[in-house]
Amino acid sequence: MSTEAPAEPAVNYLNASYGIKSWLLTLDHKRIGLLYLATITLMFVVGGLAATLMRLHLVEPQGALFEPETYNKMFSSHGIIMVFFFLIPSIPATLGNFCIPLMIGARDVAFPRLNLMSWYLFVTGCAFVLYDTISGGVDTGWTFYPPYSSLYAQSHVVAAALGIFIAGFSSILTGLNFIVTIHKMRAPGMTWFRLPLFIWALYATSLIFVLGTPVIAVTVFLLGLERLLHVGIFDPAVGGDPLLFQHMFWFYSHPAVYIMILPGMGVISELITAFSRKKIFGYSFVAFSSLSIAVISFIVWGHHMFVTGQALYAGLVFSVLSFLVAIPSAVKVFNWTATLYRGSISYEAPMLYALGFIGLFTIGGLTGLFLASLATDVHLNGTYFIVAHFHYIMVGGAVMAYLGGIHFWWPKICGRLYPDMWARISAAIIFIGFNLTFFPQFMLGYLGMPRRYAVYAPEFQVLNVLSSAGASILGIGYVIPLVYLIWSMRYGPIAGPNPWKAKGLEWTIPSPPPTENFEEIPIVTEDAYNYPAIEPHAYPDSQGVASV
Amino acid sequence: MVEHPEQAADYHPPHIVPVPIYVAVFVALIIFTALTTGIAYIDLGKWNTVVALVIAVCKMVLVVLFFMHVKYSKGLTRIVILGAFFWLGIMITLTCSDELTRHWEIVPQGWSAGMHIARQLF
Ligand SMILES: [Cu+2]
Repeated sequence: MSTEAPAEPAVNYLNASYGIKSWLLTLDHKRIGLLYLATITLMFVVGGLAATLMRLHLVEPQGALFEPETYNKMFSSHGIIMVFFFLIPSIPATLGNFCIPLMIGARDVAFPRLNLMSWYLFVTGCAFVLYDTISGGVDTGWTFYPPYSSLYAQSHVVAAALGIFIAGFSSILTGLNFIVTIHKMRAPGMTWFRLPLFIWALYATSLIFVLGTPVIAVTVFLLGLERLLHVGIFDPAVGGDPLLFQHMFWFYSHPAVYIMILPGMGVISELITAFSRKKIFGYSFVAFSSLSIAVISFIVWGHHMFVTGQALYAGLVFSVLSFLVAIPSAVKVFNWTATLYRGSISYEAPMLYALGFIGLFTIGGLTGLFLASLATDVHLNGTYFIVAHFHYIMVGGAVMAYLGGIHFWWPKICGRLYPDMWARISAAIIFIGFNLTFFPQFMLGYLGMPRRYAVYAPEFQVLNVLSSAGASILGIGYVIPLVYLIWSMRYGPIAGPNPWKAKGLEWTIPSPPPTENFEEIPIVTEDAYNYPAIEPHAYPDSQGVASV
Repeated sequence: MVEHPEQAADYHPPHIVPVPIYVAVFVALIIFTALTTGIAYIDLGKWNTVVALVIAVCKMVLVVLFFMHVKYSKGLTRIVILGAFFWLGIMITLTCSDELTRHWEIVPQGWSAGMHIARQLF
């Protein structure tokens, strides 16, 4: 480690101990966060590769590359890996693990050993799914609906289900750990209503982890039971209910959407306040909207089943309830926008991601209302409209927030700054590439192109080629940050404790933080985002002399 | 971290359940299991499922109260347990909003029968 700048602490969590063993057996929440970061980046690359190949295949109406069966396996792998092994752990397990103790003024999470164990469970789950992908993959889609996954399954369903089952326990343990940490480990003076909103969002996420994940574990367990022992659970021929699987699957998997987006919303609250240098507008509304999103997320799942033969009455109930989610989501969007009003806004890379998030999440959310309406859903269900809708939420929302958060806390994580110009350029490339990929898919879906098909009608080719072109731009946008972030770990200018001049306990300690985080446990005396009256700030100059 | 001095103040030693109570609960669970098995040989018609579920719930309550120490814990622990049951209730209630009002089609078994119907329709 270089010593030329005074801002870099001599001993920190990165260099306190050396060697593979010191990482694989670490109990430090910061190192565990980085272990997760490495793991999910690998999974993102694998899942992204599958997506790239699919988009290449769809350049031609008859399919350019694969047999239809291979294509089925490709989109199944993409979905399973991206949902269960990237998006769900993305923000909570990396930034959550890294930031929660720092932000609430604690030395670690409540159960450090459990924390390490959740990473090992997660890696085991990853191993099963990667083995599954290599050994032939599944062709069921990420939803594993029977009878594709039971009676008529021709692929390696059990290994994939087992991987999801095991990774689920990693989620449960992480959620449990976060809940106890947030309840019990807050520094003196850090009351519930002084918590940063990222913490509120992760608290709500953890509730979903703990209440929802056991259900998906039970569901895949029952699927295994039916597949291996032929117990009648979902197969009507032996007394099962054909829709029961979908009820149980979506009881978890709809809330899982909020596992992906709630932490993202928390990140956005941090970014918007830090880069407009203002207190959040309506703190308690934003905090409670996280909790109400978590609760409402559990009572809307039937909107995935409007055209499956579900009762019309149930459809009506679920349609009405689904509309409710729009309320707390809109509260957040309006409050972020109101926070910007008369703020001293600056456009560093994290802020670009945050602003991108607000726009893309709004489009994703509003198209969700089209799908929650019974009548329009009959037309749009099973088309590319759905694909576009949830990618606006999950990629335009969750991934943008994840990247924004990574860029925001990166100087804290490794003590170095990345090149701001490259970061802004890649944020712009990602925004353009994303919209070019997925906006045509809204049109394709509206025109009636079904999802999950290896071939399509020739009149859809132009929009498909546009979408594939966008995907390659998006891919470039993702590779650039990977390069400069890795570069900056060694060659970036020293960041200093608080390069953004942001509020929050994590910015009061050195970057990278020492292993025990706080030399002395701080005493909190002010609200979150207590920014002084507006004063200008600048990105630290390229000499690396951060003004502190 | 090994020690949190600020937490030591409100530390309560765990309640110790006397062994005879554990034994009694265990015996009760065995009796309930035997009962379930025995009743499986008697056809109660539509009450078959009801009786089996009632016995299962009794066993679950015993496990939760004694083996999981909920009888001796209070406050947050009880809220957590109640919350879990409430969420189970959400899942069952809303699933029933479909199950109980669904329009059940009587579909003939097998492909050939289905094709037969299809030919008549189109
Ligand atoms: Cu949903």
